[in-house]
Amino acid sequence: MAIRDKLSGNEAVAVAMRQINPDVVAAFPITPSTEVPQYFSSFVSNGLVDTEFVAVESEHSAMSACIGAQAAGARTMTATSANGMALMWEMLYIAASCRLPIVMSLVTRALSGPINIHNDHSDAMGARDSGWIQLFGESNQEAYDNVIMAVRIGEHKDVQLPVMNCYDGFITSHAVENIELLEDEKVKAFVGEYKPQHYLLNKDEAIAIGPLDIPSYYFEHKRSQAQGMRNAKKVILEVAEEFEKLTGRKYGLFEEYKMDDAERAIVVLGSTAGTAKFVVDQLRAQGEKVGLVKIRVFRPFPAEELAEALSHCKAIAVMDKSDGFNGKGAPVFNEVRSALYDVENKPAIINYIYGLGGRDVRSTDIEKVYSDLAQIVQTGKAEDPYRYLGVVDANDIDVAAEAAATRE
Amino acid sequence: MSDAVKKDKCIIEEHTPWQETTLGGVVTSSGNAQYYKTGGWRAMKPIWKEDQCKQCLLCWPTCPDSSIPIKDKKRQDFDYDHCKGCGVCAKVCPFNAIDFVVEGE
Repeated sequence: MAIRDKLSGNEAVAVAMRQINPDVVAAFPITPSTEVPQYFSSFVSNGLVDTEFVAVESEHSAMSACIGAQAAGARTMTATSANGMALMWEMLYIAASCRLPIVMSLVTRALSGPINIHNDHSDAMGARDSGWIQLFGESNQEAYDNVIMAVRIGEHKDVQLPVMNCYDGFITSHAVENIELLEDEKVKAFVGEYKPQHYLLNKDEAIAIGPLDIPSYYFEHKRSQAQGMRNAKKVILEVAEEFEKLTGRKYGLFEEYKMDDAERAIVVLGSTAGTAKFVVDQLRAQGEKVGLVKIRVFRPFPAEELAEALSHCKAIAVMDKSDGFNGKGAPVFNEVRSALYDVENKPAIINYIYGLGGRDVRSTDIEKVYSDLAQIVQTGKAEDPYRYLGVVDANDIDVAAEAAATRE
Repeated sequence: MSDAVKKDKCIIEEHTPWQETTLGGVVTSSGNAQYYKTGGWRAMKPIWKEDQCKQCLLCWPTCPDSSIPIKDKKRQDFDYDHCKGCGVCAKVCPFNAIDFVVEGE
């Protein structure tokens, strides 16, 4: 019997970590991820886990300690946000290239500056090519489920890569929701024992991890790393299938919501999907053919599968909770558009940068997106695809007037 | 014994196909630094003048790269496969028994 509880996203993830009982957790506090190591350290103090908890002096040290521990043969976990992960930067790449399946919960937050502690995806998107698998959860339940599955995905022999369990700062991390927890012994059985092929504490095999890789070696190691990421797609689906048998909760590379006959679709990551589903339901009730695709797995990027899911649409809006600063569009948009390159009768596609630094995303904002898409379908034109949603713009009369009203 | 015979079976050869290399470049053996020849890095070269050498062995512990082999308590000629030409040995020799010359001259 599953256990019903009411937990914040951070607490749910900490509970999952208690159930996983990793060998090592090394972490440094940063808002909004702080509660994860905070709750977890209380489990350590109360003797509920066997974990060695390493309280480090910075995030660079946190990731370095995780790398050392995982290389030694320990199942290792951590959590961070935004600038904390930015300080881990060089170590993120080293964790991935050493093929160490560390699991890190990234409680997504705007990457300063200007200094801001609220949610967007600029931290996660900055690390999108660091070699980490990236899972995005919409709710507390998904953050809990993903962190459990992350262990199995990263440690799979065909993958052996670190995994980021991304969920939205404050919106998911601090809001309390009903959740279904697994029993401790079921989680323990699901994750199983960590059995690395090579590890530093193996007294029968003297090895070196992370050696200097000269030009006659480096390229082959990067190619092999890329293969781990390619293989991950299949493994993620296999692990999801097994998880579904255990819990009844179904996970894929992305979730399709009312997409079967959808002419207009929104592609989105994280908690905004919940708001968007509410809008889809309302518009569907009025007979509008709208749908939603929520990307769960951003790395590896499910390009072929997304192209297939979106190919029958007439117009698509890709929602990015971070800007790209390439002058042309944000990361999720560029990749979704690239995925559609080989599709015949390509749908029109536009990009909305939204919710930066914790700017609220309301159902009316999502309604505007579907309404803009309707106009594109009608006119057949998708002019200026690099757009903003909810920014106060002197040229956008409605938004500027509303903002002025707030000031008064 | 030749290097080939002595080499640990776990050493990954240069330009090994990516499918056959170890994940992350893990070196699955130890004590194999000798197989990586660093002599090619040398710009200056120490020359041992055996007739002037008193076998005081001061040069031996100062070599940062174990490139002065010892046999029966006596130093032998340099291991030029690994000597990087730092010149510390020539500097420390009290008997002027080590010349330090430009490589290739």
